[in-house]
Amino acid sequence: MVLLDVRNLQKSFPVYGGMFGKKTGEVRAVDDVSFTVEEGEVLGFVGESGCGKSTTGRTMIRLYEPTGGEVIFDGKNLFQLSAGEMRKTRRDLQMVFQDPFASLNPRQKIANILEEPLIVHGIGTAKERKEQVQELLHVVGLNPFHGERYPHQFSGGQRQRIGIARALSTRPKLIVADEPVSALDVSIQSQVLNLMMDLQEQFSLTYIFISHDLSVVKHISHRVGVMYLGRMIELSPRDELYSKPLHPYTRALLSAVPVPDPEAKRKRMILKGDVPSPEKPPAGCAFHPRCPHVFERCREERPVFEDAGGGHMVACHLMEKGG
Amino acid sequence: MQFSRTKPPVPPNETGSANRNSSLEAKPLRDLVRSFIRHRSAVIGASLVVIFILCAIFAPLLTPYEFYTSTRETLDDPSAAHWFGTDDLGRDIFTRIIYGARISLWVGFVAITGSIIIGSFLGLVAGYYGKWQDSLISRLFDILLAFPGILLAIAIVAMLGPGLNNALIAIAIINIPTFGRLMRSRVLSVKQEDFVLAARAIGMKNSRILWRHILPNCWTPIMVQGTLGFATAVIEAAALGFLGLGAQPPQPEWGTMLSDSREFIQLAPWTMIFPGLAIMLTVLGFNLLGDGLRDIFDPRMKQ
Repeated sequence: MVLLDVRNLQKSFPVYGGMFGKKTGEVRAVDDVSFTVEEGEVLGFVGESGCGKSTTGRTMIRLYEPTGGEVIFDGKNLFQLSAGEMRKTRRDLQMVFQDPFASLNPRQKIANILEEPLIVHGIGTAKERKEQVQELLHVVGLNPFHGERYPHQFSGGQRQRIGIARALSTRPKLIVADEPVSALDVSIQSQVLNLMMDLQEQFSLTYIFISHDLSVVKHISHRVGVMYLGRMIELSPRDELYSKPLHPYTRALLSAVPVPDPEAKRKRMILKGDVPSPEKPPAGCAFHPRCPHVFERCREERPVFEDAGGGHMVACHLMEKGG
Repeated sequence: MQFSRTKPPVPPNETGSANRNSSLEAKPLRDLVRSFIRHRSAVIGASLVVIFILCAIFAPLLTPYEFYTSTRETLDDPSAAHWFGTDDLGRDIFTRIIYGARISLWVGFVAITGSIIIGSFLGLVAGYYGKWQDSLISRLFDILLAFPGILLAIAIVAMLGPGLNNALIAIAIINIPTFGRLMRSRVLSVKQEDFVLAARAIGMKNSRILWRHILPNCWTPIMVQGTLGFATAVIEAAALGFLGLGAQPPQPEWGTMLSDSREFIQLAPWTMIFPGLAIMLTVLGFNLLGDGLRDIFDPRMKQ
C-alpha cells in the first residue's frame, strides 16, 4: 500500500541582493521531485551536499512551506491541510535530525523531551505517559535513570538514540530520518543504524532515510533514490541500483565509493567541473555540463523521469525507449 | 563498509561528549556556584548588593532615629550620635541613607522587572514572528532609543507629574528597548536551532514552542543585563530625584538628598558626600555583579 505519494514537489528559496535587498533570484532547492513510499519500506535518498535531499525531506512534511506540488500522506493532501489539522497529522509523521547536539533542548530533561510529544497530542494519562517514557528509553537501549539527566550529559550516539526515541514516542507511520548517522563516529554509526533497523522491524515503521553515505544507504534501504541539483535522477530497488546503475551520474557516484582492498584495480569515473549553481541550473538535463555521454538533446530538453523497466526509474535521454 | 548486526552487550557509553553549543548548554548549578565564588569582582559586587539589601530590610533596627524627625541639631558634624552627621533640618543622615536604600532598591527592582517583562515579551514576538510584527516593534524601540534616556524620562515625568511612582514608570519605559532588543536578537538565534524545528515537527503550537523551548534558552543574557540595568535604574531614579521630579520630601531618596545638600556643600560636606557614596557603591555593586555574571554565564565574552 502506498503510504506517501509525492508529486512534482518544488521548493525554491528567494535570493536577496542588490542595494535595497530586493529579490534578485531564487534557488531551486527541490525541482519537480516525484516518488512514492510503500508502507513498511525504507526509501533511501543519496546525493552530494547541497543537492536538495534534506530540503526535500523537510518540505514534504511542511517544515518548509512548499513552492509547488502535492504530497498525499495516508490519503490526506498535506499541503491543503489547515495549520491545526497539519499539527494533528504530525503525530503519524515524525523526524530524526542530523545533529544530535542541536536537536535536543538543552534545558529539558530527557524524560520531558520524550514525554512532550505525548502531551502535545494528548496521548495517555500522566501515569501512562511516564511508563511509556520508560519503555521508550528501554527500546533504544538507554537506562531508566537516564530520564532524569540533561542532554549535555550524553554522548553523540546516546543523544541520537534519544532523538530516535522522541520520534518513536507517538508511534508514527512514517519517520523522516535526515542524515541521522552522519554526525556520529563510524563505530557508533553502525549501532544507531542497527537500532533503527531493529525498530523498523519491531514497529513495522516506514522510513525515508536521507544520507550522503552510499554504504549507509545501501545497508538500510529497500529502494534508493539519487538526487542531483534538486532533481531526482534515478530511483530503483537497492540491489538493482548498486549493480546496474543507469544514470551516468549514479555510475560516477558509485565508482567513487572506496573499496577496502588495496590490490583492487578499479575503473574510477572522474567527473569534470563542479556542480552548477542551483540559482542558475543548466538548461535541459541538469547533469549535461559534466556528463561524459552528453549529446545535443541533453542541452535542450529536460529528460523525463520514467520507468526504464522493472520499477527502475531514471531521468536520462540515453535510457529512453528507442533513444 | 560492513555493519555487523549483533547488538553490543551493554548500551554504548561513549565518553567525551563534545560541548559544541556551549552557550546553550545548561551548566550544572554546582559549577556555576564554584565559578562565581572564584570570580573576585562578582563576589565584591554581590557583597555590596547584599549589604544594601540588608540595610533596606532591617532599617528600623539599625538606627534609633526616624528619617522624618527634625531636631535642633542642624548640620551637625559626623559624631558618635550621628554617624554621618545631620542635615539642615537636623535629621540623621545615616538613618535617611538606610531608609533611602529601600526606595532606591524598590525603584530599581520594580522598574527593571517591568521593563524586562514588557521588553522580553515584545522582543519575543518580534524575533519569533518576524515580518510586520518585527518591523513595528523594532521601529518602536528605535523611537524610544532616539531620545537620550534621562531626557525621555524627564519628558514622561513631566507628562505624568512628579512623584516616585511616576519616576518609576518613566524608568521602566526608557529601559524597555534595551531588553527588547536583547531578547529579539537572542530569539533570532535560538529559533534557528534544530530543537525548535524538532518541536514544530512534533506538532507543537507556537505558544508552547515559545514558552517551553525558546524562552528558557534566552534568559541568561537578560539576567545579566537586568543586573546591569538595576544600576542604571538607581542612577536614573537619583537623577530624577535630584531634579525634583522623583521622590518628594520628606521621602529620604538619595538623589533628593543630594539636591537638598547643594546649598551647604562648603558648610557641611557630609550632607553631600554620604548620599553620593551610597549611590556610587550601589551602582558599583550591581555593575560588578552584572559583569561577573556575564563572565560566568558566557565565557566567550571574557576579556
